[in-house]
Amino acid sequence: MLGRLTWDAIPKDPVTLGAAVGIVFGGLAFVIGMTYFKKWKWLWQNWLTSLDPKKIGVMYIAVAVVMLLRGLADAGMLRAQQAIFATSAHSPISPELFQQVFSAHGTIMIFFVAMGVMFGLINLIVPLQIGARDVAFPLLNSISFWLFAVGMVLINLSLVVGEFSAAGWLGYPPLSGLEYSPGTGIDYWIWSLQIAGVGSLLSGVNFLVTIFTMRRKGMSLMKMPVFVWSVVASMLLVVAAFPILTATLAMLSLDRTLGMHFFTSDFGGNPMMYVNLIWAWGHPEVYILILPAFGIFSEIVPVFSRKRLFGYKSMVFALMAISFLSFAVWLHHFFTMGAGANVNAFFGIMTMVIAIPTGVKVFNWIFTMYRGRIRFTTPMVWFIGFAVTFTIGGVTGVLLAVPGIDFQMHNSLFLVAHFHNMIIGGVLFGFFAGIAYWFPKFAGFRLHEGLGKAAAWSWIIGFMVAFLPLYALGFMGAARRLDSYDPSLGWQGLFIVAGIGVLIILLGTLLLVAQVGYSIWKRKELACGPDPWDGRTLEWSTSTPIAEYNFATLDQVTHRDEYWELKQAHKKASTAYSDIHLPKNSGYGVYIAAAAFVFGFAVIWHIWWLALIAIVVLIGLAIASTLRTDTERTISADEVAATEKRLRGAHV
Amino acid sequence: MSEKAEEKALLGRTSVGFWLYLMTDCMLFASLFATFVVLRTATADGPSSRDIFEMPLVLTETIILLVSSFTCGLALLGMKAGKVRQVIWALALTYMLGAAFLVIELSEFAKLVSEGHSWQQSAFLSAFFTLVGTHGLHILIGLIWLVVLVGVILRRGMTAKTIRQLTLFGLFWHFLDLVWIFIFTIVYLMGVAV
Repeated sequence: MLGRLTWDAIPKDPVTLGAAVGIVFGGLAFVIGMTYFKKWKWLWQNWLTSLDPKKIGVMYIAVAVVMLLRGLADAGMLRAQQAIFATSAHSPISPELFQQVFSAHGTIMIFFVAMGVMFGLINLIVPLQIGARDVAFPLLNSISFWLFAVGMVLINLSLVVGEFSAAGWLGYPPLSGLEYSPGTGIDYWIWSLQIAGVGSLLSGVNFLVTIFTMRRKGMSLMKMPVFVWSVVASMLLVVAAFPILTATLAMLSLDRTLGMHFFTSDFGGNPMMYVNLIWAWGHPEVYILILPAFGIFSEIVPVFSRKRLFGYKSMVFALMAISFLSFAVWLHHFFTMGAGANVNAFFGIMTMVIAIPTGVKVFNWIFTMYRGRIRFTTPMVWFIGFAVTFTIGGVTGVLLAVPGIDFQMHNSLFLVAHFHNMIIGGVLFGFFAGIAYWFPKFAGFRLHEGLGKAAAWSWIIGFMVAFLPLYALGFMGAARRLDSYDPSLGWQGLFIVAGIGVLIILLGTLLLVAQVGYSIWKRKELACGPDPWDGRTLEWSTSTPIAEYNFATLDQVTHRDEYWELKQAHKKASTAYSDIHLPKNSGYGVYIAAAAFVFGFAVIWHIWWLALIAIVVLIGLAIASTLRTDTERTISADEVAATEKRLRGAHV
Repeated sequence: MSEKAEEKALLGRTSVGFWLYLMTDCMLFASLFATFVVLRTATADGPSSRDIFEMPLVLTETIILLVSSFTCGLALLGMKAGKVRQVIWALALTYMLGAAFLVIELSEFAKLVSEGHSWQQSAFLSAFFTLVGTHGLHILIGLIWLVVLVGVILRRGMTAKTIRQLTLFGLFWHFLDLVWIFIFTIVYLMGVAV
């Protein structure tokens, strides 16, 4: 009746049990609190069913921030194990748990933190920057978010019911096959990623169509802000790469549930096929994350240098070159597979070629700053940290691109240090900078500068202390994912230094939380107008708080830095208001994702009748969502005029 | 914007979006094709493609699907000419042909399984069942879509929205036809030629 689900699914080991109890009581406290303050209706009407990309963006970032805290807790456990317990026989973290923790850390940080913040920022900023009122498919956008949220719920549910994957963030077979991982851990991993991945895929389609068909009149492609270009590049990669992930995970799950032999080590299966496929998605995936971060810096650096972006066209070409090349390098993740010297040489050279467009971008940012009137605000501190750490990461990446060196460094901590250099120093710093930069636009008050700078410096210094020792350890032969090593190797000192680095990063995270909390408390003093940084692009031209329709009138665009030019010419937006159509709220995102959740859970636990019901319900809901009528509401021109007067009154 | 211009913009937007979706589906099939090509000789002492493919049956399937694409085209022509009756009967024909295709495919699968050549026998058969089955699953989704579409047209007539959905369905059905041409060539024709 309930498949594999029995009382044994409740975790026994004290660390996991603690986390499970925390989740259950945290969830209960939330439900009781919401009920006590009678906030359910408010939550449902204003947030959960909202199709406003500004609200969906905030929900993405909220989920991602919670997941960032979980991913950091995982990282702390890993570092504590390697610094303190690895050389002793008694550790609170068992080898089995250690494997689950590093698998969860990687999966959560990539899929539910980096992807979450990215889609959050895209939702918030892209419609505004292209001068639009909405995305192309508002309901699809909500469905995407809820599929992402459901993937997040599944991955955390594995703490309470069952176990998590112990096969790393990419789950290589045959280890992830049924023979070596018979439990539910891999299935949780598969279905969590599968459901969230479909959400990302739909978002990719949605934002490409939004950017291609909904730009303000007059905004030709080469007049788009570079952030929008970076989103085009990134979403093209999403559309091209995520189906490969879907297919690969589907095949792995067919191996595990129907006894197929795609990636098994017998009956003709080919595990290396999986490794090829997963990296054909996985390599573009890291560019999916980094390109929007490049876009964010391309917005921040000109604004805080009070200059136009240097080399706009070369920036666009570099973005497109990087996204094209990212599909021609996947084999560098497994030079040791034995594909032969010529194949390895090809992929090694292609990898090094990527350094060229990336270098173009770094130089363009620096040339933008050259002779600019630079203001060292928090976003700029993040940029400086990024420019240094990302360049170090780039250099070690070129080193790893040499197949001969890679044979030595493969799967060592050198590699771990390299990709954290790119993902923390590149992606995460970029997203933190973006949040610091755009926060006042949506909140109406700035984030406290002092705390923000302290947080940024803690992250930058903490990062260096935490990861530079790993380069050294990698040279000394330390493999990644070690839960124990012989004390006579003399590694413990460097591991302790790395652990201290993680503590500094945790301090930086605390400072970020404190910054937000303090800024909300002091929001009166920190209050600001709709254009606090003297911005250049259209998002700064709206009122703050932003009206639900974004722009009251859709005036023609004539310049690349449209808002800057308008300000220079002392022009104001027209006031010839007309009726505006916006989509009504819809609960289908929640319903469809809920059915997907039940389906995922049922397949993980082999509860086949429930899976069947869930899939029928899912199809029924999908059909019903296309049959909806009366999906729009109209805001009359008079209402628009009144709203504009109310929102802009103080600043115009 | 006038109502008509807005409607046109919406049709354009949904078409672009659907084309992009089809490209993602294309990548999904590309992954399955690549896997199939790598694993086609991994028969693990089981049958090879030469031993199990019955070409006359597969050719019949192919012709049925190609004709269904033709009838689907007739439905779209009917839509453009504003002939609702033509739309309905052409879609009904498309449905019957699609269903016939699916029945033949499933009977081929059933025969293979009953002879002991299920997807569990070898990597080649896993890849075969998955690639061809994924196409079949798409056909099944298309058939469900068809039923809903005909229901909506009968109930609401040829509104702007039904025209939009019928246009998308046409794209979807032709796309599946195209994928099948590749399956017919790479899986079946090259399978028996080797």
